[in-house]
Amino acid sequence: MMETLSTSVLSTHGLVARYGDFQALYGVDVTVNEGEAVALIGANGAGKSTFLRAIMGLLPVAPDMVRLGGQPIGGTPTDRMVQKGVAIVPEGRRLFSGMSVEDNLRVAVDQAERLGRKGGWSLSRLHQLFPILKEKARTPVQSLSGGQQQMVSIGRALLCQPKVLLCDEISLGLAPKVIREIYAALPEIRGQGTAVVLVEQDVGLAQSATDRLYCMLEGRVTLSGRSGEVTREQIGAAYFGGSHAVV
Amino acid sequence: MQWFDALVQGVLLGGMYAQYALGMALMFGVMRIVNVSHGDLVILLSLIGISLATSFGLGPFWVMAALVPLAVAMGWILQKVILNRVVGDDPLPSLIATFGLSLALQNLMLQIWSANSRSLPGGGIESRSVEVAGIYVGLLPVIVLVFATALTLCLDLMLKRTRFGRALRAAAADVEAAAMTGINPRAVYASATAIAVGILGFAAVFQSLRSTVAPADGGAQLVYAFEAVIIGGMGSVWGAFIGSMVLGISQAIGFRIDPGFGVLAGHLVFLLVLATRPQGLFGKS
Ligand SMILES: Nc1ncnc2c1ncn2[C@@H]1O[C@H](COP(=O)(O)OP(=O)(O)OP(=O)(O)O)[C@@H](O)[C@H]1O
Ligand SMILES: [Mg+2]
Repeated sequence: MMETLSTSVLSTHGLVARYGDFQALYGVDVTVNEGEAVALIGANGAGKSTFLRAIMGLLPVAPDMVRLGGQPIGGTPTDRMVQKGVAIVPEGRRLFSGMSVEDNLRVAVDQAERLGRKGGWSLSRLHQLFPILKEKARTPVQSLSGGQQQMVSIGRALLCQPKVLLCDEISLGLAPKVIREIYAALPEIRGQGTAVVLVEQDVGLAQSATDRLYCMLEGRVTLSGRSGEVTREQIGAAYFGGSHAVV
Repeated sequence: MQWFDALVQGVLLGGMYAQYALGMALMFGVMRIVNVSHGDLVILLSLIGISLATSFGLGPFWVMAALVPLAVAMGWILQKVILNRVVGDDPLPSLIATFGLSLALQNLMLQIWSANSRSLPGGGIESRSVEVAGIYVGLLPVIVLVFATALTLCLDLMLKRTRFGRALRAAAADVEAAAMTGINPRAVYASATAIAVGILGFAAVFQSLRSTVAPADGGAQLVYAFEAVIIGGMGSVWGAFIGSMVLGISQAIGFRIDPGFGVLAGHLVFLLVLATRPQGLFGKS
């Protein structure tokens, strides 16, 4: 298989996660190779956000269940995960309300400096990617449009200088034109050698923007394969039930 | 003239209240942690300062030099040992934990220092006065006001302009998102509480120079600090400063009307602000 030939930057191994008594993930195996874009699709409640949160150390998991560059790092505190090179654009954007666009982004610049993370992203580079962020630098983030807020959230994650960027439904609630604008930034992000995990509800968009995809259902992976090769029927079956298919 | 005098006295009194209120502005206004032991910490530091002064013959300046680092250490330990365990969106656990701490501190202070009132010998500065705009005012209250203004300025700049200040505001806005941006919220909160309690080191020296302190006095300081933060508006350091002034002026004018009405006048103005502008004078609605 393809992924055994290239080096994996991030991988999960039998990842389980629970909220109290409720088990949300039942042994998820996902591999992300260096510089690769991987989509994670699945219906509401499938466990996509839980999967990303578990990687980020926001849910208790065993060390061996998450590996970064081969090293077991499951359950590492979230701020240390950022230090190790994993950043997230969280579900719901989660900006620092009451602070300006610039201050939201500077928090990430500050911490990258503090944690000794170096990389290709700077405020000026980000302003080239999303020019509106320069124009709105002094604006409090809560008065931005949804698309602009999403750009701040992506920018904040990029300024953490990640090796792997986890994106949780960055197109949710946005107009098609804005979605295109945001997805147009992906090649530039990947051009830095950053691997990307995209959680996306829009299957067509997920397929066109990534190399490989995984489909989840009720806390399990039900389909994995090359984004350009999986068929509508396979996705349909994996999305709503049926047996695990590997393409 | 009598009312102008009351105004000046009120502003000077506000300077003292501001020194209690700044730490509260940081902990309650920014971090949303309710620290019921706030006033008891001022009293504890005051009593330690008085004991240092009497045992080692230290002057007020050296007492301050000893108390501020001690207060910083106490704040850091308070956050690490007690508050970091109960931090969350819900202010109730921190309220209960520090309420217990408040009772424990009061009993501890009674055991060590008894219920007697004491004060810090100031070597004469407490009785000196200076002429300001045609009226004589105490030198000590002027120094207190100058310190309060300087502390407010520093704290405000720290919050707005420094890496630590941005990290603290970010953690206060969304702890989880802050961690996702590389911030260690517990470390940031420990430092912030160390600063908040550290400011009480200054307050303790001035409080015990201006008047007497006794183990049960902490409640009043807690209430004044709380009222000043609410009057000024949550999350605004200058708001807490102005809130302290409003409280001090209300009390001084109330006192002119009737000596028994002073403290009550402050509470009434607090209630008035709460009823007409619940977000506070400087708060955003
Ligand atoms: N904080 C929580 N406490 C308890 N259960 C939770 C919590 N968060 C999520 N769940 C449950 O875990 C399961 C997976 O949720 P998750 O948010 O990971 O799904 P998702 O695939 O991201 O869905 P969506 O597309 O709606 O974002 C769901 O059944 C959900 O109800
Ligand atoms: Mg989700």
